[in-house]
Amino acid sequence: MSAISIDKSKLIASTREVFDFHGGIHPDEMKSLSNQTPITTAPLAPQLILPLQQHIGKASKVIVEVGQQVLKGQKLANADGFISAALHAPTSGTIEDIREHAIAHPSGESDLCIFLIPDGKEQWCSLQACEDYQQLSASEIQHKVSEAGIAGMGGAGFPTVVKLHPPKQAKVDTYILNAAECEPYITSDDRLLRERADQVIAGMQIVASILKPENCLIGIEDNKPEAIAALRLATKDTLIQVCVVPTKYPSGGEKQLIKLLTNKEVPSGKIPADIGVVCQNVGTMAAIFKAVRFGEPLISRITTLTGQQIKQPGNVEVLFGTPINWLIEQYGYQASSKRGQKERLIMGGPMMGFTLEHPDTPIVKTTNCILAPNETELPLPPPAQACIRCGLCADACPAELLPQQLYWFSRAQELEKAEHHNLFDCIECGACSFVCPSAIPLVQYYRHTKGEIKKLNAEHQKSDQARERFEARQTRLDRDQAEKDAKRKARAEVAAKAQAAKKAATSAPRQEKVNTDLADKKTANIKETKTDAPQTIKAEDPTLELADLKETWDKAQAKLDKMYDALDDAKINHPENISKLTRAVEKNQMRVNQAKLLWTKTNNQKSTVDDSKAERVTLEPATTEIESKVDIPALELALDKATSKLSKLQNALDNAQPEQVEKLTRAVDKNKLRVNAADTELQQALAAQKSTNESALVDTVEAEPKVDISALELAIDKAVSKLSKLQNALDNAQPEQVEKLTRAVDKNKLRVEAAKAELQQALSKQVTVEPETTETEPEVDIPALELALDKAISKLSKLQNALDSAQPEQVEKLTRAVDKNKLRVEAAETALNQASASNNATTTKHNGEL
Amino acid sequence: MSLVITLISTAILALLGLAIAFGGILGFAAIRFKVEGNPIVDEIDSILPQTQCGQCGHPGCRPYAEGIAAGEDINKCPPGGEATIQALADLLDVDAPSLDAEHGEEKPKQVAIIREAECIGCTKCIQACPIDAILGAAKHMHTVIESECTGCDLCVEPCPVDCIDMVPVENGLSSWYWTAPKDAHIIATDKPPHSEGTSA
Repeated sequence: MSAISIDKSKLIASTREVFDFHGGIHPDEMKSLSNQTPITTAPLAPQLILPLQQHIGKASKVIVEVGQQVLKGQKLANADGFISAALHAPTSGTIEDIREHAIAHPSGESDLCIFLIPDGKEQWCSLQACEDYQQLSASEIQHKVSEAGIAGMGGAGFPTVVKLHPPKQAKVDTYILNAAECEPYITSDDRLLRERADQVIAGMQIVASILKPENCLIGIEDNKPEAIAALRLATKDTLIQVCVVPTKYPSGGEKQLIKLLTNKEVPSGKIPADIGVVCQNVGTMAAIFKAVRFGEPLISRITTLTGQQIKQPGNVEVLFGTPINWLIEQYGYQASSKRGQKERLIMGGPMMGFTLEHPDTPIVKTTNCILAPNETELPLPPPAQACIRCGLCADACPAELLPQQLYWFSRAQELEKAEHHNLFDCIECGACSFVCPSAIPLVQYYRHTKGEIKKLNAEHQKSDQARERFEARQTRLDRDQAEKDAKRKARAEVAAKAQAAKKAATSAPRQEKVNTDLADKKTANIKETKTDAPQTIKAEDPTLELADLKETWDKAQAKLDKMYDALDDAKINHPENISKLTRAVEKNQMRVNQAKLLWTKTNNQKSTVDDSKAERVTLEPATTEIESKVDIPALELALDKATSKLSKLQNALDNAQPEQVEKLTRAVDKNKLRVNAADTELQQALAAQKSTNESALVDTVEAEPKVDISALELAIDKAVSKLSKLQNALDNAQPEQVEKLTRAVDKNKLRVEAAKAELQQALSKQVTVEPETTETEPEVDIPALELALDKAISKLSKLQNALDSAQPEQVEKLTRAVDKNKLRVEAAETALNQASASNNATTTKHNGEL
Repeated sequence: MSLVITLISTAILALLGLAIAFGGILGFAAIRFKVEGNPIVDEIDSILPQTQCGQCGHPGCRPYAEGIAAGEDINKCPPGGEATIQALADLLDVDAPSLDAEHGEEKPKQVAIIREAECIGCTKCIQACPIDAILGAAKHMHTVIESECTGCDLCVEPCPVDCIDMVPVENGLSSWYWTAPKDAHIIATDKPPHSEGTSA
């Protein structure tokens, strides 16, 4: 303040209007300690330690090897990505090592550093100087700045080249040079402006040529009159306006300076570029100028060495990588005399700086001040006391937050609430801690809470990522499983088809073989045994002789055996065919049974019937299904004829001469047998038809049995009438004829019984096989049965009359006949009961169904 | 008398009308603004650490979230630790029990590292990893994508050559943050029994 005396009030009045920001404090400035002497160049340290991360963003990528000779300004590490910066050799020398070393970080932790042993020659590499730098294009300037590895030198270390890309969406309205330097003790920008204002302004013009702002402002506190004067001189012929702001901490904060100069506030969570403002530091401007004009990379900076412990405080231009303890020792630093007390070195100012854990930490791009205070000038903070809720912190807060609330939330780790109270808008200026009467380290709380929230958010993000990956994997696994299942199913289907084809191939010949065996007798084709089997039997049965029947039975049995074999085979090899085969076997079994039954019947019949009759029997039945239906009336006709013949014979017998009696009796007997045979034939035909009907179409079944049963009834009636005639004959017969006639009567009785049994069988079959047809049948049936019963009873009474009037020798025989007739009547009664019972059951069932 | 009846019937009709109107609104809202799924499960799931480690006895974090929603204990998650239990207790408005030791202990964050020289390329760890954080192919070396690894240690057991180590995650500078200031007990009677003086 000695060299140039400027009227402070006049200065402020001449600048454009400045605004104010909320809060702020006025700590002791302590700037005169270091701003009285010109910038000196620091001596070359014996070893330079260059951290790869001296800026915000990604660490640089090393491009040199250990042992490599490097020249001053040679690039040691490349920028890794957009938000990163290159690193250059501050001096010529040898790369000694690349290893971890304590870095300038509040944690005091180590990071990867390049160790350079200077050779003392200060031999520059070739630089690309540019005389007419005003002609350079934006991209050329950006490239040069990027290559020079320039990062914000105010303190944060944001890669400058990023700020040289104008925001895409918004035009840059105001470009601000931050020369406020509000923090106590620090004077590096002040001295730089005093001595090299032209460099700073030139750098500013370079940046302005890219950003093309509406307004170009310099914000500077009024406690730096010499710097202001220098700036005014340098900006005389430019559009740059120098805005002098009142001294108040923290006017040098980016958001606060914007508020001061433009009255605009940066919204929460946004950056100045979002409101069309770009703000940069004085030191950065000088670095940009050097980089563009001379091609010089950023290898040194001006750092304030201050504090009572340093004998020769001042600003020094120092190469990056110079160890701090070595540097301050060159300027008369003496460690604290108190034993056991740790050396207290602060990087940055007393408000926002941090204590260095390791004194051999190197100078980096962001080191604007090294403060080595003694006990009295910057005493350790007293122990924190309880918050008295005075509210001074809220008054002091430049971000207009509620520090007290934030303090409570931080203490209680109520992170969500702290976040809702805009903790992240805190600029950690320390104004609240400065004013706190209870000496609560508020900023420490906020910093910690911010870290907690960030960590939690990072964890949350990671867990979200893990969840996403987990779900993606689950989806993939499910899809794979579904595909696998689909494939397996398709394979199983193909295999099943192949099996079926194989099965068909193996079973077809076998079936054909069976068919050819049967083809001798049958003309029908038997591809499907299910439908063919009953037909075959129907077709064959009536025509076959006993031997043929036996043959059929044997063949059917043989086929059945084969079927059983096939079934056993199938059980092992082709499970899916078992049910089919089982059905086939059942049908075959049925066929065999039928054949057997037929054979047995015929056999029995044959044994009782004479050869001549057997011949006749074989002639009568038809050969086909249709014939068998036509057959029944024919049979009935034959039966009638036989019966009438028999009655004629009997009449003849009655009127015959005694010598003729024997012959006639034989004839009568024969005829009787014939009638018997005809009756049996008729019954067989009916039974065959019934079985046909059972397996044949339902509609034919409905009609046939009616005809059948009535025919049977007719037969029975005839037989009964014949019997009565015979009995009449018996009654009037000669004593010698009595015995024979009685036999005839007995036989006729048996026949009547058999016919009745047949009728009952037919009825019961009909009832069990076709319940739907029984609806009407039993009604017809029962009167018929009743009729039969009545007839039987009347016959019985006649017999008894005959018995009464009979000759003594006839008595025994007649009594037998009467007994038999009684039995018959009983049987008829039972049949009637059964029929009516089944009728009832059917009706009930039917009603139930309805 | 008739007036009274009129009044009563009017009141009843009015109430009936209101009942029908609001019933209709509620019915419409129930359909129109129907919430799909169980939102509480999503909230619980977002608190769980998503290591998918299965230490709780469920095959993943979401099944455990469903279990908690169905009334299961909230102290079965060792990777989440006390912080997760506290968060769950806050969410569900229940008391926060201490971690159930049956399911494991709270460990510092870990990450799996494959000693690649020893890996035989069996792919067993790849199949075990619940979040596909292991890269590799049969008979080729495998490696863990560290940034994705949740440290569930499910890959350790299946490894036939025991070449997988679980190492604590190194807290780099990027994840460093300031420690909380210690409470200074300037009043002697406030001091906890074993604290050594004041530090600030």
